[in-house]
Amino acid sequence: MPFKRFVEIGRVAQINYGKEHGRLVVIVDVIDQNRALVDAPDMVRSQVNFKRLSLTDLKVDIKRVPRKKELIKAMEEADVKNKWEKSSWGRKLIVQKRRASLNDFDRFKIMLAKIKRAATVRQELAKLKKSAS
Amino acid sequence: MAPKQRTARKVSRNPELIRGIGKYSRSKMYHKRGLWAIKAKNGGVLPRHDPKPKPQAPSQKPPKFYPADDVKKPLVNKHKPKPTKLRASITPGTVLILLAGRFKGKRVVFLKQLPSGLLLVTGPFKINGVPLRRVNQSYVIGTSTKVDVSGVNVDKFDDKYFAKEAEKKKKKEEGEFFESEKEEKKVLPQEKKDDQKTVDSALLKSIESVLDLKAYIGARFSLKQGMKPHELVF
Repeated sequence: MPFKRFVEIGRVAQINYGKEHGRLVVIVDVIDQNRALVDAPDMVRSQVNFKRLSLTDLKVDIKRVPRKKELIKAMEEADVKNKWEKSSWGRKLIVQKRRASLNDFDRFKIMLAKIKRAATVRQELAKLKKSAS
Repeated sequence: MAPKQRTARKVSRNPELIRGIGKYSRSKMYHKRGLWAIKAKNGGVLPRHDPKPKPQAPSQKPPKFYPADDVKKPLVNKHKPKPTKLRASITPGTVLILLAGRFKGKRVVFLKQLPSGLLLVTGPFKINGVPLRRVNQSYVIGTSTKVDVSGVNVDKFDDKYFAKEAEKKKKKEEGEFFESEKEEKKVLPQEKKDDQKTVDSALLKSIESVLDLKAYIGARFSLKQGMKPHELVF
């Protein structure tokens, strides 16, 4: 039961409440017991309450409060973007976004595809049952 | 050409220092406007134009009858209604979802907006049974699916095409009350059936060129479990 994801300088977190909901940020400094200074390549550095952050597994190697350029360089070296998109959390987010942006026609096509897939699975199952019995 | 060269707008030659106070005094402005030159041209006085002779209005006889009480005349209203503004998402060829009426839930192809503001729409008839029909924009969801309607000519359709035929005046007699119900069965004129065929044949080609589109238009729309209309993207 030990903790694995710690609040530390360089920890990548996701903001889970408020205007910046869903954004990936790097913890750049700790202000006090409740707040962190947080930064991202396309965002102004700002303070955020820890309650609004969800920590991820990713970490970036930076010193306390780096300059924007250094932050961007460190994020490139740690390959945050690709690692995030390959992680299971990141993949789930991508799927959620895709599902939310579906057209009415897309939803119809998906329904047809689901029915088709279920039909082939059931056919195979029936075949297997028959051969086993 | 000469009169057009002068600027149409009259700009003041007296720039405003503060609201209500101009830069130049009355005498300076008199000089700036060149009133002295106009007077000099006209022999010391400003030119005077006699009023143009007005065309003789026909002489009106005094009315024979005055109403006892003053009747108030309603104000003049020259407002002409415009056809309803078409939503930006609805363009010719858009697939619409009908929300009310006999064909509720049906997905239908939009053809054009008629002068009355209603939308001209067709199934196509062979696919989902919706004929050439008028539909109000408010009872429609515009999806982002578009069908190619370039091959369709809809110029001949307008509101008069869809007007109800004037019913013949019947004299209702007691004995014929029940019989008259059987007589009238409105048969769709062959002309309208042909119009439907011509419009639909062009549409069917462009629909069948897209995969699954025919089945999509043939199916009805319904809300399923977990679908939140305010979160759905149409």
